[in-house]
Amino acid sequence: MAVTILFLGPLRDLAGEDAREVDAPLDWAGLLDAAGPLVAEQLKSERVNVACGGKVLGDKHSLNAQDGDEVALLPPVSGG
Amino acid sequence: MRDIRIENGAFNPHAIASDLAGNCPEAGGIASFLGAVRAGGGVEALELSHYEPLTLAGMEALADDAFGRFDLMGLSMVHRVGKMEPGDPIVCVAAASRHRRDAIAAIDFCMDHLKSAAWFWKRELREEQWHWIEPRAQDYSDKDRWDK
Repeated sequence: MAVTILFLGPLRDLAGEDAREVDAPLDWAGLLDAAGPLVAEQLKSERVNVACGGKVLGDKHSLNAQDGDEVALLPPVSGG
Repeated sequence: MRDIRIENGAFNPHAIASDLAGNCPEAGGIASFLGAVRAGGGVEALELSHYEPLTLAGMEALADDAFGRFDLMGLSMVHRVGKMEPGDPIVCVAAASRHRRDAIAAIDFCMDHLKSAAWFWKRELREEQWHWIEPRAQDYSDKDRWDK
């Protein structure tokens, strides 16, 4: 088992793929490293949120994803 | 009656309002809004993506807010994802209430929140290039009206 990182919206273009599997556990520093420099730069912006296990994190720096968790990287929404 | 959905394929917006009306016989007012892909501006296609665990939960929470805020007998909120062409329905919100004003206000409220705060990402195909779209400033100010 591993952690799946999902790249949503425009972050998918920057990552070059929809999703990436990385070893668990995954913390904030590990996420910045695993996401690659282009996505990591966006992640540092306040406008980009992170969800773990289907819940948006109030403080994304506290990320602590375990085996089987899905970590979704959420750029600013476009609205419906 | 409550019908909150995300659809991957084309849906019939007219059936949504008529189903709601049929299920809420004591409603004196049924209001509905249909949002469609706008033609013009060189837009050949629109694609909406979402993250179902958050997007659907967010729409359910928005419906809870609408039921709490307005005197509703029913609410339907159906949103498309995937690739659409000009003229295709994107979103349909319908509300039923005893008197008209709650139904009309509820769909305005739901649309203002869907346009600026729902978990959707949207891109347009123009001249064979995809362009990501962000909300307009007015989409945020429309939503903020409800906080006052």
